Amino acid sequence: MAAINRDDVAHLAQLAHIEMSAEELDRMAGELAVIVDSVKSVSEAAGDDVPATSHPIPLTNVFREDVVGHTFTAEQSLNGAPDAYEGRFKVPAILDED
Amino acid sequence: MTDATLSFEEAMEKYDPVLGFEVHVELNTKTKMFSSAPNVFGDEPNTNVNEVDLGMPGVLPVVNKTAIESSIKIGLALNCKIAEKCRFARKNYFYPDTPKNFQTSQYDEPIAYDGYLDIELSDGTIFRVEIERAHMEEDAGKLTHMGGATGRIQGAEYSLVDYNRSGVPLVEIVTKPIEGAGSRAPELAKAYVAAVREIVKNLGVSDAKMERGNVRCDANVSLRPHGRERFGIRSETKNVNSLRAVEHAVRYEIQRHAAVLDSGEPVTQETRHWHEDTRTTTSGRAKSDADDYRYFPEPDLVPITASREWVEELRATLPEPPAARRKRLQADWGYSELEFRDVVNAGVMDEIEETIAAGATPTVARKWWMGEIVGRAKNADVDPGQLGVKPATIVELNKMVEDGKINNKMASEVLDGVLAGEGTPAEIVEKRGLAVVSDDAPLLEAIDAALAAQPDVADKIRGGKVQAIGAIVGGVMKATRGQADAGRVRELILQRLGVEG
Repeated sequence: MAAINRDDVAHLAQLAHIEMSAEELDRMAGELAVIVDSVKSVSEAAGDDVPATSHPIPLTNVFREDVVGHTFTAEQSLNGAPDAYEGRFKVPAILDED
Repeated sequence: MTDATLSFEEAMEKYDPVLGFEVHVELNTKTKMFSSAPNVFGDEPNTNVNEVDLGMPGVLPVVNKTAIESSIKIGLALNCKIAEKCRFARKNYFYPDTPKNFQTSQYDEPIAYDGYLDIELSDGTIFRVEIERAHMEEDAGKLTHMGGATGRIQGAEYSLVDYNRSGVPLVEIVTKPIEGAGSRAPELAKAYVAAVREIVKNLGVSDAKMERGNVRCDANVSLRPHGRERFGIRSETKNVNSLRAVEHAVRYEIQRHAAVLDSGEPVTQETRHWHEDTRTTTSGRAKSDADDYRYFPEPDLVPITASREWVEELRATLPEPPAARRKRLQADWGYSELEFRDVVNAGVMDEIEETIAAGATPTVARKWWMGEIVGRAKNADVDPGQLGVKPATIVELNKMVEDGKINNKMASEVLDGVLAGEGTPAEIVEKRGLAVVSDDAPLLEAIDAALAAQPDVADKIRGGKVQAIGAIVGGVMKATRGQADAGRVRELILQRLGVEG
């Protein structure tokens, strides 16, 4: 049985703000199911004695000293913003989106 | 629409409150959590940022070592275990306060966990609050909602975003559910947040100014009938940003929940917004799919390991804990238990310490802060420390009183002047023509007039009833519009009547 179904895909699409048609949902559910099943075989290869890892490189504690570096001017920050007002990014009112 | 509420007393008769807090602490590192842009409050918008804070494509975050050390110190001060290994995670959501569409946070592996804090209530009772975890994350940008009537998001036409705060290091401290506080829940809420604020300030890892949002509290409240073990449905009141507001918000939510439960309806699990002006909350959004944050490990950051040696090195740098500091200060200042507790409850311990450091005696510092200043703060409905009284002002005022230049009543007037921005105490005494009348001649004139006006009182004093003298002193003070030194007036009256004091 596939680990991901059409409803899951619709839910994820909504969370990710991706608009999908019924046909796209059908197709994507099938494709994602294949991918998820393939990834599953990785868990079969790794036994209980292999700890989960979130990073392929065996490094830890890559730090930066707390020293101030470069910054942008407001003009540079807003360069490329779709809309701006008085040095700030201007965005549509958001509340009714939920 | 106003929500129905029960009286607090009735709510307590019927229900048992369970609390929970999420306190966000902004660290005062020089730079941000993952970028070298400065961590500074209140500059020109969008200038304390670089490509990392603006979430530009292809940029890589790098962890601030000092922020990690500060986080470990906070964990230790909260009696937490420090994770030997932990990692960052992405919390995915769409909202313009983050330009990346995710917040870099910690999820399943917080840097500190399983701690506790012993909270002292106003009567000296100790209440233990268990800490679930303290995790690291980054602050979001600041949105200003425009076009609405009140600056609230409701009715806004558009919002303006300043990303200066974006990426500022945060430590979020999460409690376990707090049971058993009963009717002391609002007080405990305030005392808990005050204790966390005191700890991070004392550690020197945060500026800890609530009015600037350095310490922010989300308060969870639920009610259950007495004797029931299962928790009720909770509400989460967001961004309650002063100690008084924390107390008020918890109290209000208890009263509101009680009314909902009494009506037979279930409480809605939702976010509430606190309104300081009306001291009420209003409904935010209900918990929904939007809270499915699809956390996953941050691929751009490698894990953090905290060797036991490093943790012990940091532990060795911790300052005296606030509770121990209180014990020491009480002994140093020679205050009684009750006097000291009053000082702590009034929130003026730090101010008194600074005033003593500025040259006042413990008695003088306490007299001023607990008298004149606490009274004014109450009238102005602010915390005493926020009135803007400087320790040097108190020292100067007290010296003027001790030197006999002004009396206590005048000193109070001068303090009003200082707070109104009229200048230094000396300047105000000069400007307002305030000075104790020390030339005896006009005093004697006023004394004779007062004695003549109340001959029966004069007789009583002559007959040995010295306590009747108050009426004559009062008359003289009235005649001199309060500008006389009452002690000197008393001496002169007794001399005049030939009575021994």
